[in-house]
Formats: sequence, structure tokens, C-alpha cells
Amino acid sequence: MTAPVLELKNVAKTYRVKQGLFGKPKPLTAVNDVSLTLGRGEVLGLVGESGCGKSTLAKILLGLEAPTSGQVLVDGEEIAGQDRLALARRIQPIFQDPYSSLNPRKTIADIVSLPLRVHGIGDSASRAKSVRETLDLVGLPARVLNTYPSQMSGGQRQRVAIARALIMRPEIVICDEPTSALDVSVQSQILNLLNELREEFGLTYLFISHDLAVVEHLATRVAVMYLGRIVEEAPVAALFDAPRHPYARALLNSVLTPDPAQGVPDTQLGAAYPNPIAPPPGCHFHPRCPFAQDHCKAAAPRSVPVGQGHVKCHLHDPDTPMYRPDFTV
Amino acid sequence: MSDQNEKPLLSVRGLTLDIPLASGMLHAVRGIDFDLHRGETLCIVGESGSGKSLTSLAVMGLLDKNIRRSAARMDFDGTELTTASRRQMRALRGDRIAMIFQEPMTSLNPAYTIGDQLIEALQLHRSVSRDTARKRAVELLEKVGITAAASRLSQYPHQLSGGLRQRVVIAMALMCEPELIIADEPTTALDVTIQAQILRLLVDLTKEMNVAMILITHDLGVVARVADKVGVMYAGELVETGPASDVFGTPMHPYTRGLLRCIPQPGKTERGAPLGTIPGIVPSLVGDVQGCAFRTRCPHAVDACRAAIPERGAPPHEFLCVHPDGARAAEGVPA
Amino acid sequence: MAAPQTTDPLLEEISGPTPRQILRKRVRGHTGLLFGLGVVLLLVIVAILAPVLAPHDPYVQDLTKRMVKPVFMGGTWEHPLGTDHLGRDYLSRLIYGARVSLLIGAVAALISGIIGTAMGVAAGYFGGKVDAVVTFLINVRLAMPVVLVALAVVAILGGSLEVVIGVLGLLLWDRFAVVMRASTLQVRRREYVAAAQAIGASTPRVILSEIMPNIVNNLIVIVTLEMAHAILLEAALSFLGLGVQPPTPSWGLMVSEGKNMMLFEPWLVLIPGVVLFILVLAINLMGDGLRDVTAPENRS
Repeated sequence: MTAPVLELKNVAKTYRVKQGLFGKPKPLTAVNDVSLTLGRGEVLGLVGESGCGKSTLAKILLGLEAPTSGQVLVDGEEIAGQDRLALARRIQPIFQDPYSSLNPRKTIADIVSLPLRVHGIGDSASRAKSVRETLDLVGLPARVLNTYPSQMSGGQRQRVAIARALIMRPEIVICDEPTSALDVSVQSQILNLLNELREEFGLTYLFISHDLAVVEHLATRVAVMYLGRIVEEAPVAALFDAPRHPYARALLNSVLTPDPAQGVPDTQLGAAYPNPIAPPPGCHFHPRCPFAQDHCKAAAPRSVPVGQGHVKCHLHDPDTPMYRPDFTV
Repeated sequence: MSDQNEKPLLSVRGLTLDIPLASGMLHAVRGIDFDLHRGETLCIVGESGSGKSLTSLAVMGLLDKNIRRSAARMDFDGTELTTASRRQMRALRGDRIAMIFQEPMTSLNPAYTIGDQLIEALQLHRSVSRDTARKRAVELLEKVGITAAASRLSQYPHQLSGGLRQRVVIAMALMCEPELIIADEPTTALDVTIQAQILRLLVDLTKEMNVAMILITHDLGVVARVADKVGVMYAGELVETGPASDVFGTPMHPYTRGLLRCIPQPGKTERGAPLGTIPGIVPSLVGDVQGCAFRTRCPHAVDACRAAIPERGAPPHEFLCVHPDGARAAEGVPA
Repeated sequence: MAAPQTTDPLLEEISGPTPRQILRKRVRGHTGLLFGLGVVLLLVIVAILAPVLAPHDPYVQDLTKRMVKPVFMGGTWEHPLGTDHLGRDYLSRLIYGARVSLLIGAVAALISGIIGTAMGVAAGYFGGKVDAVVTFLINVRLAMPVVLVALAVVAILGGSLEVVIGVLGLLLWDRFAVVMRASTLQVRRREYVAAAQAIGASTPRVILSEIMPNIVNNLIVIVTLEMAHAILLEAALSFLGLGVQPPTPSWGLMVSEGKNMMLFEPWLVLIPGVVLFILVLAINLMGDGLRDVTAPENRS
């Protein structure tokens, strides 16, 4: 792996959530002790159920939320003390809903040139040139410059959002469910475009998605998140061929490939997603885990290096009584 | 699967839905036919704007007033739905035909407990005592996999997670032992693991209770795993219909093949390789639409695509295309 | 593969009208808005051109010609709407009165609009403690009876045009604050706001160029409603003798002065009353219409 372009060290984010009108605020740990390393040109797929903390993590990386503890380093420099503008040049987002991510009152030219204007880059002529070039890059003709988002289709809008994210040539792009609001035929165009742009500009993606088939296709590494914790992180092939964490296995099982010979899979996940304000003790996953034992209720698993990745499960920790070195589910 | 010679539970011929707009008439659904037998699951798959949701609402008689419906036949077990009065339709809905929507909160009233709503669903159509209805509610909640069912009756919808709510909605749909369930994207709002659980539940229950189901979805994976029969919908037409194994095994219509190439399939598509695309956009269906609506995006379009399109194939696997083999040979896939 | 011809209707790319074209089309189709807008514009022109349009000086008294009947009740064209109890030309006073009503409505709505919008947007955008303070202030303000407070203040400071405008401007910001707070909360959650923040845009820039353009339609509607509100309150204060002071021609004052003769000469009250009614109705129709035409399109 090349020198890491993005590094997270024990990042945590806790909100205080009010319970009812007069209830005492309770802590909600949305992101819990997350450590990740991302090399240049890598695509880290971040998967997990809604409410697991994926989006909070994205906001922390974009500087929209400050972590409660831990460090985020870009190119080895901590971002906490950095200027917002400097960070914005390096990390840019692409959001999920292209109907919400573009200001309906602005023309496409205004939207795509906003980063240049905010950062005071170039004069109006050079900005216009840059906007045209970037639109061309994402496959939009120059005649869309003076149109409004409402005149465009979902796929076209997402291309505009990509152009806005790329116009300052960032190093890292946070893609938060970039295709889940799009139709199947449009989704593949956007995925292809993201892949082409990554190769052309050596971009690094954090790709957040609930669609494991898409993550499998695009990512080089995958991190599985459950209730604020990264429970498994590994190269994409390793994770999809031999998932080690029972939750990762359940997620992979739930992928519905278009194969009519197979029925609907049994995820073997029992109870529903727990309340994040009162997470289960020990391993957060134990109430739904088919392999859970008493030890799982007592102690939270630590991060154990396995292969080229990490996993948080007692079954893989040589220091626990549950250790089963041959366990791949 | 049920006997195909048996009379279908629902038989639709030439269903057409037109919506008058300021800019002209929008031909949202253009003459579709399908049959559904007891215990059978039909999945209608299509992209946004293909008319799949309107089709399901048309069967339920729940269309907006401005939408014009016409059909040669819409026969539900001997009742002609096109001529049924509002009162007849009301009697059918929730009793013999039940509906499950994408967002469970559209079917659940936040002001009433789960128990009240389940009991009312039954008492609306059957003269049973509250106690009997309550017993059935508990029984069905257990059936849809809700633990501590009796204590859930006094809970309000907002106290449940999305997955649990959708289970309650399914239980509610089953209260009157319907013969047909129409589910419009029932798992789209749910997480993948919950989606698998809910789909499994729907499949098991429909088979066990011999209920027919129309499932509307945009997700080809869901279709492949759930459907007995598949209808691929594009721009208001069913461009390909057939048993799931046929449609996915030998997709005949160029659009069906295009869709299947667009989605990454773990184990099949090469990681990082470009995915297939369908260029262009869905055409406007306002005004006079003639010929194949897919011709503007189809790599095999010829002049004849502008004229009326012949129906190809033989029941049960049929498709609409000028090319007798659906241009499979042109794409190098065996016909 | 045959080259598709461009005349094919299915090949036309869907590119709908611009937001401005949609707005223009909707405005043209909205009778209520057109009527309201027309009447308000007409009265504004009348108010501006008052010195040209008024046939007489509104202040000149002619005690020999008191309470001349209007022309439709048997009067003469010398005084088309007759004269008041001091012999002043009623039409001229009505025309000059439009100036007072519109001025008070516009300036009071402007002052309260600035106060309420600033409070509401700040509360909606920053949330937390700012929101708590603003919400508290709104509740305090809503607990005060506007008319009584206005009466008390005017009684202490004395009635004049400036005092009435000031009092109304400082009292009518509550609806601005409530609506702007709610609209800001809604728009703030949109991803384009997060996108602008992630670009590094400053907070004033995010508020002014990302949030304001998307809530300004609601603001315009409240402006019209509060204008009508202020005009009615001015009339009420003047009627009670605590608003604009005589001899300034104000519609409220005209109703008040005519009320003593109401049983014998009802037109003295009816004419300013009807004009007031039409103005307020027109402003409200305009506000309703603006809300309709600027409502976000239904995604179909």
C-alpha cells in the first residue's frame, strides 16, 4: 500500500439526544473508535445498515462535524486545526439525492462554479472555461450551462454534482450513496463515470453504500460498520470470498443477485436493529448473532488483525476462550 | 405453482391509463395484458415512469380522479373490475385484495395502536367479535415473526422500527385472508438484511396460504428471487413477460438484456470493469406514441421499429420486438 | 442499424421550461393574483400621483358646502364623492388617504420583516441556544395583545404617522419569525447546503446565497399578509383617535369622523370603509396568489 492519503485514528462522535420534553439528554455514540487507513487511488467501500454511523463518519471527514475524540489525518496532517477552505480543496462530497443536492434557484453554471468563486480561483473568464471543461469531463454538453436543475433528469443532475465536486481537483471524494436514488440504467452510467474519473485523476474514494453488489464492483477495500463500530475491514476479494465477522456474512447473504434458481436467502439474523441510545452490552451484535456465547455479552471484542484486514469478533481473538482460528463463516 | 389450465384469479386485457396534462395526453400505461393464478407471484419490474405503480393502483381502483382507465377486461374471480361500483370495490379492497405500500407509515395510522388497527381491518369486513379479531391479530403477528405479539398490540406504530412496521402491515393485509396481495416496492425503504427477511416472509406466507401476489419493484435481484412470473415494463408497456427462469435465463427483449447488463453481479461481472449502459432517456409519453418506445435507446433499432410491433414468442414467454429473436443473434447470444 | 431521424418525437430530449417560464405561466393563469396585483398597483399609482389626480386640496375647508352628497346620490360633479363635515372634498381626501395607508403598510411590514426574518433565519440555521432564545421571544410577543399595546404606546407617545409606523413595525414581526424559522429549518436539511459548507463557503454566504433564495417566496407571502394587517390596525387606531392625527387624511380617520353622521349620511362611513376593504382584499388575494404560483412544482 502507498503512503496513506487519509487516516482515521480512534475517531468517535457522541451526540446528546433528548428523550421526550423533560427527559435528561442521553449520549448516543454514532461513531465509536473508528480507525481506518486509505491509500491513494483506493476505493474504500463503507457498508452497514441505516443508523450505523456511516453518514456521521462522512460528515466528520468533510469537516461538517467535529469528532468528539480521535484524529483525522489527510496526507499525514491533522485536519482539526486546519482551515476549512484548505480541507475543502482536498476532500469533496457527492451526495445521495441529486434532487436535494443542487440548489433549485441556481443555474448549472452557478452551481458548478461555486467552489471556484468561494475559493477566489481565477477570473470570470477562466472560471467559465474551467466549468465547461469539467462539464465535458462528466459528459454534459455546454448547452446545459444556463439551465436549472429542475430541467434535468436524475442522472444528469448527479453528473452536475460530480462536476461540482471535481472542479477543484480534490484528492479524496466522499461518495454517500451516490447512485441509490437513480434508476438501474442510469446507475451504471454514473458508476462507470466514477471509475473512469478515479483512474484519470488518481482519486481516492470513500464509497458509502447499502448496495453490496455495487461496493463489490467498485471498491478495493471494504469496511463493515455496525452500531458505530467497524466490525470488519479487509480487501474486497477477501471479504467477499471469506467474510470473517458473522454480521458481514449476513450482509453478503442478503445480496439478491438476479438468479432465479436461488430463493430468498435466510439471513439468520434474529431480533431487529437495536436502539443506538441503549446498545447491547459487550459485542453490540450479540443479540442477532447465531454464534453468540455468554462471553459476547460480557466483553466487547477488540480489533484483531486477520489476513490483510481487521475484525472485531471474539471468534478471531486468540486471547478469548471462544477463539476458533479456522473460523470463516 | 398452480395449474395453468385453471381459470386465472385475475385476468387483465388491454389496460390503458391516460393522464390529461396541459401539454397533451400522457399515455402512462398502453394496453397491457396479464393473468395471475392463485398462489402465484407476478413481479412487474421497471424503472421510474414506466407505469408499474399506476398499474397496481388501477387494479385496486385507487387511481387519482384525473387518470382515465380503460380496459377490455379486468376480471377478478368473476367480478369485472372495470364496471364494479365504488361500493363493490370498497368491499373487495382490504378483504379479498390487500395492498402493501413502500412506506409502512402510509398504511398505519400514528394515532391508533397496532392492535386497534389490526382488529379494525378485520371487523370492517367480517362480523366477528373483538375478542376473535384480537386472537387472530396475535396469531398473525406471530406468523410474521413478531416476538411478544400480545404485548405489541398496545404499541403505537412510531414505537416500532421500519422492519417491524412493515411486518405489521403484512399482518394487517393478511387479516381477512385475501386472495390477492398487491405489494408496491414493499422493501425499498428497508435495509438489505431486513429486506431479505421481509421478502422471505412474503414468499413463505403466499405459498402457505395460496395467495396470489403482484409485486412491483425496480430491483432485478428481488424479482429473480421472488417471482414465478415476470413482467418487464418499459414506457407503459409490458415488453417481456414469462416465467422467471425463462426471462432471466434467456432474456429476449433488448431492454431486458440491457437492464441485466447494467447491474453489477458479484461473481459474474468483473470487478472494476465498465458496466453495461442503456444510452439516452425514457421517452416522453405525451401525445401520439407509435411503434417501439425503446427504439431510441436500442442498439438494434431499424426503420420497422416505428410501425406497430408484433408480439413474439409463445406463451408463457412472450416479448414485443420487430426482431423475431429479439436481436439475440445480433448480440452474439444464442437464440 | 438505421440512423434515427431527428424528426422522431421520441428523440426530443426532455428539457422542461426554466423556473422563470413556469412562474410566468402560472402567474398568467391565476385570476386572483392578477386581480389583487392589479388593484394594488392601481392604488399605488393613485397614491403616487395624488397631487395630480385629486380635484381639490384635501385640507381646504368650505363650511358653506358641508356634507354635500356624492354624485350617485344626487350631488354634483364638483365634488364627485361629496364633502365631509368640514366641507373638504371627499374624493381628494380618499386619494391622499391611500398614501397614508400604503405608506404605513409598506414601512411597517418592512421593519417587522427585517426583524422577524433575521430572528427566524438565525433560529432555524443555528438551532440550539439561538433557537431557544428566539422561540422564547416569539412566545413573549404572541402573549401580548397587539391592539392594547399599540394603544398604550400611542397614548403615551402621542399619535403621529411616525409613531404608528414605529409601533406597528416593532409589533408585527412574530409571523415573519415563525414562518422564516420553519422554512429555514426545512431548507437547511437539503444537501445543497451541506455541499456549500463542504466547499468551504462562509456562513453568511450559505445563508444569503443558498438558503435565502429558497425561502424568499414564503417571505413575500408574509409581507403581503402583514401589510394588510398593518393597514387594518392603522385604521383601527385612527378610528379610536390614537392613530394618525387630524387633519391628515387617513381612511380610518375618515370612518371615525363620519361615524357621528352615520345614521343620516351613511356614505361618509361606507366610502372609506369599502375602499379599505377592497385594498385589504386585494393585498390578501395577491399574497395567496403568490403562495400558489411560487409553491414548488409537484414531481410527477
